[in-house]
Amino acid sequence: MDKSTEEAWDALKDLTDPELPFLTLDDLGVIREIKRNDETHVVTISPTYIGCPAISVIEEKIVSELKKLGIAAIIEKSFSPPWSSDWISENGRKKMEEFGISPPHPKDAESFSRSPAKAVKCPQCTSYKTEKVSEFGSTACKSLYRCLDCKEPFDHFKCV
Amino acid sequence: MKSKTTDMVFEGLLRIADDNLILGHRTSEWCGHAPTLEEDLALPNIALDLIGHAQALYCLACEIDTRYENEDQLAFLRLEHEYKNLLLVEQENGDFGNTVLRLFYFSTFMKYFWGEVKLKCCFKKLKEFSEKAFLETSYHSKYASQWVITLGDGTDESNLKMSNAIANLEPFLGELFNNDDFTEMCSQNDFLPKPTSIFDSWKNEVEAILQKGHLDFPDITLKKRGGRKGEHSETFGYLLSDLQYMQRAYPNSSW
Repeated sequence: MDKSTEEAWDALKDLTDPELPFLTLDDLGVIREIKRNDETHVVTISPTYIGCPAISVIEEKIVSELKKLGIAAIIEKSFSPPWSSDWISENGRKKMEEFGISPPHPKDAESFSRSPAKAVKCPQCTSYKTEKVSEFGSTACKSLYRCLDCKEPFDHFKCV
Repeated sequence: MKSKTTDMVFEGLLRIADDNLILGHRTSEWCGHAPTLEEDLALPNIALDLIGHAQALYCLACEIDTRYENEDQLAFLRLEHEYKNLLLVEQENGDFGNTVLRLFYFSTFMKYFWGEVKLKCCFKKLKEFSEKAFLETSYHSKYASQWVITLGDGTDESNLKMSNAIANLEPFLGELFNNDDFTEMCSQNDFLPKPTSIFDSWKNEVEAILQKGHLDFPDITLKKRGGRKGEHSETFGYLLSDLQYMQRAYPNSSW
């Protein structure tokens, strides 16, 4: 890796997600690759969802952050392999829980299923007695649950 | 790419993108009107996914055909006869049952469609896109199927409304599975699957879900069609006037 590419990775490390501002793009595993191409750097990102409205903001953030270092960047979106919730770091999962979002289960490689049979833990009281209220929560990447013990509603990050 | 191939890829992308854009627009009309708060989150989220799929596909279309500068020109500035979407997706929403049934039909179709593209497609970027699109349409199909069962297997009234929805959408299903010269060419060139090749998988799944909701499988031999040739229903003009208003009134406006 050349020096400017290393600097670019360093600069983008702390950029946060516009919809989940307590998580960095690094926590989410959205930035896949930075490659130097003559005078420009090509940053490859994997959107969590194709229609995720945060993507254009993320692209602008990356370009302007690198511009500060004098690095001209272009963004490329990649859908293959598709972004997976397995790419979220351990640290990212911990932060999610702290902010009241139940993190996704590790994806079961054998049987692909979007609604995990595994129990979802309430991020407030840690009870596993929870139930799904709706397939969709406040954003495309989350579904809505409620805790049957502490009665609190909470978001569960979908396992994809 | 040779120009004949370019034309084929452009037209093929347009058909799928238009289906997604128009169904996305219809679905977004539920925003603020859904029967419960949870559904009011779910339906606009799905609309966002559908419009997102359309946007990505229009972008690919612009890359291969430079007549159009950007995706907005394709989405907002074409005339009625230039849209190639199915009649099914442009019909008015009707009640909630009718809305989820149409979403179930369409997303189940798209799930198998993307499943095929994933295995075989000469256009690399679309093949890559299909990996992600397959996952998202599977989720939509699952969401909608649960409502079809719940409402079909609910009260006498909800079952009646679902039966009415089946009758209402029936005439438009033939077009979904209609092969024409174009779909034939796409399949021969390993670009897109033939709609008829998806029918059996679609039917098995749809039939099983309808059965759980005590509902009859529709007659798909009826063929109201025209959308693929740019011949649309009366209601489509009203939809477009709403969809295109901002770009027509304030050309090139952006966020």
